[in-house]
Amino acid sequence: MARALYIHWPFCLKKCPYCDFNSHVRADVEVARWQSGLIADMRREAEVAGGETLQSIFFGGGTPSLMPPSLVSALLHEAESLWGFDENVEITLEANPSSVEASRFADLASAGVNRASLGLQSFDDGALQMLGRLHSAQEGLAALGVAQDHFDRVSFDLIYAMPGQGEADWSAMLDRALGMGTDHLSLYQLTIEPGTRFATDVRRGALRPLDDDSAADLFAITRELTDAAGLPAYEISNHARPGQESRHNLTYWRYRDYCGIGPGAHGRRGGAATLRHKKPENWLASIDRQGDGLSEVRPQNAREQASEALLMGLRLAEGVDLAALSRRTGIERGGLVEDGRLAFFCEMGLAWSAGDRIGITPSGMPVLDGLLAEIVPSELVAA
Amino acid sequence: MTDLSLIRNFSIIAHIDHGKSTLADRLIQFTGGLTDREMSEQVLDNMDIERERGITIKAQTVRLNYTAKNGETYQLNLMDTPGHVDFAYEVSRSLAACEGAILVVDAAQGVEAQTLANVYQSIEHDHEIVPIINKIDLPAAEPEKVKAEIEDIIGIDASEAVLTSAKSGIGIEEVLEAVVARIPPPEGDRSAPLKAMLVDSWYDPYLGVVILVRVVAGTLTKGLHVKFMQGGTEHLVDRVGCMNPKIEQLSQLQAGEIGFITAQIKEVEQARVGDTITTVKNGADKALPGYKEVQPVVFCGLFPVDAADFEKLRESIGKLRLNDASFSFEMESSAALGFGFRAGFLGLLHLEIIQERLTREYDLDLITTAPSVVYRIQLGKSKTDDAREIELHNPSDYPDPNRIEMIEEPWIKATIYTPDEYLGAILKLCQDRRGIQIDLTYVGGRAQVTYELPLNEVVFDFYDRLKSISRGYASFDYEQIGLREGDLVKMSILVNNEPVDALSMIVHRDVAEARGRGMCERLKDLIPRHLFKIPIQAAIGGKVIARETISAMRKDVTAKCYGGDISRKKKLLEKQKKGKAKMREYGNVSIPQEAFIAALRMGEE
Ligand SMILES: Nc1nc2c(ncn2[C@@H]2O[C@H](COP(=O)(O)OP(=O)(O)OP(=O)(O)O)[C@@H](O)[C@H]2O)c(=O)[nH]1
Ligand SMILES: [Mg+2]
Repeated sequence: MARALYIHWPFCLKKCPYCDFNSHVRADVEVARWQSGLIADMRREAEVAGGETLQSIFFGGGTPSLMPPSLVSALLHEAESLWGFDENVEITLEANPSSVEASRFADLASAGVNRASLGLQSFDDGALQMLGRLHSAQEGLAALGVAQDHFDRVSFDLIYAMPGQGEADWSAMLDRALGMGTDHLSLYQLTIEPGTRFATDVRRGALRPLDDDSAADLFAITRELTDAAGLPAYEISNHARPGQESRHNLTYWRYRDYCGIGPGAHGRRGGAATLRHKKPENWLASIDRQGDGLSEVRPQNAREQASEALLMGLRLAEGVDLAALSRRTGIERGGLVEDGRLAFFCEMGLAWSAGDRIGITPSGMPVLDGLLAEIVPSELVAA
Repeated sequence: MTDLSLIRNFSIIAHIDHGKSTLADRLIQFTGGLTDREMSEQVLDNMDIERERGITIKAQTVRLNYTAKNGETYQLNLMDTPGHVDFAYEVSRSLAACEGAILVVDAAQGVEAQTLANVYQSIEHDHEIVPIINKIDLPAAEPEKVKAEIEDIIGIDASEAVLTSAKSGIGIEEVLEAVVARIPPPEGDRSAPLKAMLVDSWYDPYLGVVILVRVVAGTLTKGLHVKFMQGGTEHLVDRVGCMNPKIEQLSQLQAGEIGFITAQIKEVEQARVGDTITTVKNGADKALPGYKEVQPVVFCGLFPVDAADFEKLRESIGKLRLNDASFSFEMESSAALGFGFRAGFLGLLHLEIIQERLTREYDLDLITTAPSVVYRIQLGKSKTDDAREIELHNPSDYPDPNRIEMIEEPWIKATIYTPDEYLGAILKLCQDRRGIQIDLTYVGGRAQVTYELPLNEVVFDFYDRLKSISRGYASFDYEQIGLREGDLVKMSILVNNEPVDALSMIVHRDVAEARGRGMCERLKDLIPRHLFKIPIQAAIGGKVIARETISAMRKDVTAKCYGGDISRKKKLLEKQKKGKAKMREYGNVSIPQEAFIAALRMGEE
């Protein structure tokens, strides 16, 4: 039974050059049609994966802060009547820190949103411009203030390891971020994703990503400063005061079931992976045709589940409980990790193992992908 | 039946690219062997690789019928030979089947190393040599100067040299007239017991094993029971014929003639060149003098990139050998490269050609290890073993150094012929390769240097270096002059403290450090960063002579990964795993196949 619900709002005013999420720019959006569509999609999920109260809801995008608050409110009412809410339900909405959007924060909070995740990205106007953001640093800071006034919990994102970024520059920015009074921060290294404009720029030589060694130095600084400020990393790029972690995102990383609705949303529930039509128009057509936006429901075998659980779980500082994973998948410990390789990397200080739990140390985190390729057995990964 | 006096058997010999095959084209055309439509350039170079590279690898024989100005019709058996030194044995076999040779010299290039080597072989056979100065159409042609060179350097009369342009068809009839007039007819008693020289054999998909013969005495007819005197096997001759250049079946071949037979032979091995064919009944009692056996001089390992292709490689090598008995192979296994073969070749071009044919004709991806030569090692007595002598073909079989009393390596005498502006650079190259200068002479703006050199220095990259420092103008020829003692050591390469057998090599102590450093530097760039730092070392025994370190990878992570990204992340992991599966593990280090290949090519820079 899924206790987490993801709602995708696919629209943006403009596509950012680093973003490879499912986002689209459209002149108008027929709100009524989207409302009934999302509700239909939600009902389908509740039929299959309902039965327990929701612990978290997450509005992601695209730019969900562009959603009319009345739509948000209607969706939350529907979700509550379908599943019911935990008393501490966490309802997060991703927001752009522009003045226009900030003016809606009060209404969104009244609609039930209790946590905001702001895409601040930088405190530097030059960097914001290069990232293609529509807000200025000043505007972002103002929006952060408004958000803190209205929502119980606020987190924001920063992007670092920008081309040419030095240690002094980043530690100053991070210091400032840590002084903003939020209990959660998402700090991402800029990565060049295939299919984005940045990827094209890199190929043409117009953009030179920061070299890996410098990026690794910035990563180390990030760990140091956030630890000192009492917001240690609980995931590779996510930092929180203990207890203030994003419950919704922890569901993904702990590989618990979640439903995903709206264009392009993924879900994992009842041993199946779900995927919905990505393009907004196709998703709407699917709703009209079949009453939901599903494009694929693929049952996953134990090996697939185990490899996903590992590659998500090892992102967390807490690591993975192999005994629990064995029970869940029926695969013995020996089939879940390459113990020899694990021991080798534990000795090198990149991984740890304590009883049934295994995990990646802070120094292993920056090379997690390389470690996964070593310690996740090939049999789990084979396509 | 052609009267002996109307037969002429001759080879066309020259330095590489002087126009032998093109001249053969014109002779075939002139005598009407092929119509213009059937004709192509260098029609006798029929292997794909010959056509592509524009060189002859295998000697080819054709029969031409030529009506001379004197009104007589002659049977001309022409043998086109390769010019490259690696295939010199093809030339020597052809020469042994003829009474004369056409010596082609490029009018612009003049006499070169292989011109000399081949003409001397021909002189040894007491051949009549007809000099031809070709490519007179070239603006740079200097026929008079070349005539003088032929007389001064080779010492044969060039006053009656025929001037030709094989390309534009000038002087062709004059060549044919000179052949008829100056090359002596063969001799041979046609009623004596059969003696036929087995000149060449190859596998033809339609005819099976085809044997090229020169009948020395007696008559070879279809239906005859014959015996191979050395091989000891008996066969029934089921076809007799000649190539004109299309296959023409004949009823018989008589003393003095060259042609082919088939005799339902399955394995080319059974038809060993140099053997004498006679009849089972009333055969000859003395065999003809055979050919000198050719010995492979350069060895390398051939491994399939994909281990699953081993069987395919075995089959393909077997098939290739059907048409080229001059390379040898035996199975070999390497921890790095899996199962493969150790193969021996007549030279580097030969190696390259076999490798390329395997890749192309049999669609195999191959790893070729660094070429090496054969060493002779005297081993002292050990607790369990007597003192003895071994031959070392493969550096990975290098014995316990404590038992080695002496190592000998093959040496060659190299003759290099070059325009004198490149001489300085060439002398330096020879000196760097442990060469000993024997002779240096000048003939009209050209220098001829003779050096003794260790073959192991030559197989490394000598030929490529020579070509590049002389811009292709220097020519090079060599002969083996036996083994000499050398201070040779095995250099191992260690990756993360584990020796990588495929990369070890035998080198002279004096150059070991430089080679080792080069290899370590190369590997540093070729092996991807790992999650830990990797020392790369070159060592002789326990002593490290060069060292590099690959620093640890510091960033390899997907920064952002939420619910929607799991599938993508999993694909990435799959890809990583697949990539790893193609690598070889050494002391926890995954070395990509390409790294081996590139490292082993280091000689080619
Ligand atoms: N200009 C000119 N070029 C010629 C003449 N004869 C041959 N060539 C060119 O020289 C090159 C070599 O000719 P080949 O006939 O393949 O030489 P080859 O001696 O058989 O070479 P190998 O068999 O590899 O030793 C080709 O590009 C020919 O077209 C000629 O009379 N004049
Ligand atoms: Mg030729």
